[in-house]
Amino acid sequence: MWIYEKKLEYPTKVCGPNPRLAKIILEQYGGSDGEAAAANRYLTQRYTMPTGMAKGVLTDIGTEELAHWEIIATLCYKLMKGVTPAQMKAAGLEDYYANHGKDIFMQNASGVPFTAAYFAAKGDPVANLVEDMAAEQKARATYEHILNLSDDSLVNDTIKFLREREVVHFQRFGEVLDNVQTYMNTKKCY
Amino acid sequence: MSKRESQQAKMLKEIMSLEFTAVDLNLFLDTHPGDMRALAEYNHTTHLLNTLKSAYEQCYGPLSNFGTTPGQYPWRWIDEPWPWQVEY
Repeated sequence: MWIYEKKLEYPTKVCGPNPRLAKIILEQYGGSDGEAAAANRYLTQRYTMPTGMAKGVLTDIGTEELAHWEIIATLCYKLMKGVTPAQMKAAGLEDYYANHGKDIFMQNASGVPFTAAYFAAKGDPVANLVEDMAAEQKARATYEHILNLSDDSLVNDTIKFLREREVVHFQRFGEVLDNVQTYMNTKKCY
Repeated sequence: MSKRESQQAKMLKEIMSLEFTAVDLNLFLDTHPGDMRALAEYNHTTHLLNTLKSAYEQCYGPLSNFGTTPGQYPWRWIDEPWPWQVEY
């Protein structure tokens, strides 16, 4: 089960309304390497992992990704707060506003809705863990692209925190891969 | 932003900081289960975090609603601000 805590993992501030930036940040909300894809990727893959360590790390990182998903939603919520329909239109969010108003919808920056096809479950612990390591690197790269495009220093502070977590998760998954490979090698009978 | 809310945000940030320490140490311990120094730090953080959470919940209502803390009258779980509304 999961328990909700009435707090964010990291404080989330914005300099002011900025719907253009919200549109870009949606990439990490409902995009292929976004936080929802990450959480579901790990929480889906954990069941068949061969070691307690692999099950534990996938559960814990999957859970932390849900907290990151909430941070991204909070950024988008705050960046669109008080924004008029005319300002949404000027930021290229006319189509978005027509359908969703200012709800935070699961789509990427180009408006493509979220899909489970964004992540794999291959039935092979090594293949799954290598995918997870790549996913962390792709998320880090996306955060760096967002930093290149962002003009809000307070948003950047939160994005930098999230980028750092991708690096830590990559490290932990590497250790889990080593643990799983050691386990699989010792299990062999000749 | 009211002064009360600002004090709440300040306390919440201290909780966030301690809980993040616990989250990160937990992940480290998952792959280094024999690291006694990390374990000692985790346990120390847990102690500080629980103390601070109790103090916060006395003032501002529950952080969780799955039976970890007794409720107050009237039921305060629904009180605003929700996490996305907090101004830090």
